[in-house]
Amino acid sequence: MATTRILEWLGRLYIWLLLAFLYLPIVIMALMSFNVSPFYQLPFEWTTEWYASLWQNDQLISATSNSIEIAVITTILCTALGTAASLAFYRYEFRGKKFLQALLFPPIAIPWLITGTAMLIFFFGVGIGRGLFAILLGHVALALPYVIVVVSARLQTFAPELEEAARSLGANQWQVTRRVTLPWIMPGVIAGGLFAFAVSFDQFVVSYFLSTPGQTTLPVEIYAAIRKGFTPEINAVSTIIIVVSMALMLLTARFFKFGGEK
Amino acid sequence: MAEHVATGSRSGLRSALPLLLPAYLWLTVAIFLPLSAMVFFSSMTELPLSGKAWSFTLENYATFFSERLYLTLLLASLRLGLEVTLWCVVIGFPAAYVLAKVLKGRSREAIFLLVILPFWSNGLVRIFSWAMVLREGGILDTALNAVLPFKINIDVMYSYPAVVIGLVHSYVPYMVLTCYLTLQAIDDSLIEAGRSLGASRLQMLRRVIIPLSMPGLVAGAALIFVPVVGSFMEPRILGGRTGTFYGTVIEDQFVAVFNWPLGAALSFILLAVVLVILALTSPVLRRAA
Repeated sequence: MATTRILEWLGRLYIWLLLAFLYLPIVIMALMSFNVSPFYQLPFEWTTEWYASLWQNDQLISATSNSIEIAVITTILCTALGTAASLAFYRYEFRGKKFLQALLFPPIAIPWLITGTAMLIFFFGVGIGRGLFAILLGHVALALPYVIVVVSARLQTFAPELEEAARSLGANQWQVTRRVTLPWIMPGVIAGGLFAFAVSFDQFVVSYFLSTPGQTTLPVEIYAAIRKGFTPEINAVSTIIIVVSMALMLLTARFFKFGGEK
Repeated sequence: MAEHVATGSRSGLRSALPLLLPAYLWLTVAIFLPLSAMVFFSSMTELPLSGKAWSFTLENYATFFSERLYLTLLLASLRLGLEVTLWCVVIGFPAAYVLAKVLKGRSREAIFLLVILPFWSNGLVRIFSWAMVLREGGILDTALNAVLPFKINIDVMYSYPAVVIGLVHSYVPYMVLTCYLTLQAIDDSLIEAGRSLGASRLQMLRRVIIPLSMPGLVAGAALIFVPVVGSFMEPRILGGRTGTFYGTVIEDQFVAVFNWPLGAALSFILLAVVLVILALTSPVLRRAA
């Protein structure tokens, strides 16, 4: 029994070490965005000057608004298209269904480097070219499978009898969907939408290959800045991004339980 | 009877089609057609749009096999993938075990969320944060020199280990997640039964727990190995001049050298490697599902 106690205690300690490994670099990066020295020199002296100077950086501001715009449109399109597809998979049996479901995995499993370069070649070849529209095309395709998976998971908990009952009471297909099915799966739809937003807002690789100097997103702009050299301004904008995306995921977790906890 | 089922499924498709069409059209235009186009372009001498004359050729693939550089880099990337995956198993599996079998209730839920939270935050930013820690005169350097009685110079930045550390940090939550899911499904009474029959902890681990959590380990390994082999941003930022891998060479073809046909060929070879790996791991995963 004593050994069990010690082992459990060691286990807990281990988890805290892992959390330190995961979070310490991020915390340090965030702290440095509040430090006076442009060369990250210690001792630490508090300032918000790096955040203030972000407001003067027009390039960064336009990239940020591009990122937000694309993420919002991606979210709307993905939730609409993804929910429709999930409903089709839930309601109907047909030949080739397994195949269509299997087709959702390549976008998730193939490295973004391959997908991104393939999109660049194809969009260039058919005349879409690079730029914000191409980026949007790519983001929706990358996020769509996640939305379908999340909404389908929620649909698994839905009782088909409810749709039957509504139909037998005289509701048509659209009324059934709007009044019965959608309210039930709403948490899944919201979680899927938040996923889509996160996938788009954090996407770097695909945006990188599809952007042009004038039409770019925030992560691409940050990558360019990092390659020029490290500055506390990069820390400041990175800190903002990390806070936003973590807050988004915490919000998502409220609607969607990861890991199938009871 | 069989005929009845067949008609039923055909009408099912007719009702399902309007709902499925928008999503799958989008995926076709933005994923499946581009991947096919890549195969087409990889066998061209020039881009058709460049205005120059072009023809079909296998030269781009010949380049890969004749110039040792590309093969060497692909092997280096595969080795990096293996190493990162191995570290993720070593670090992630025990953590998943503690989460699934030691922690309980609300604290388990909260810590689980904390572990997988970074996994959805920006990967680029997390790699950049390691640059803050690892660089000379960075936090690690300063902290170690403050504690140790002698002067040491940490020079991890712009080296192979820096790339490995950054990638492990990026991908270890995947391993915790997949292993946690399979470990959670192992019945506690099974472990108690084994223990009461006299099996030692180590025997339980080797004979029961690891075999039963194999699907999670394999899924995690595939989820980590595949993107690491195709990584280019992480080696660029943390590896500096030592950070040349297969992914960075592909990046160069598209953004610096502008030899798109060669880039497409290199990408396609990587895709083939990835598909072989996914095919090899899928039987284990299917057995779990």
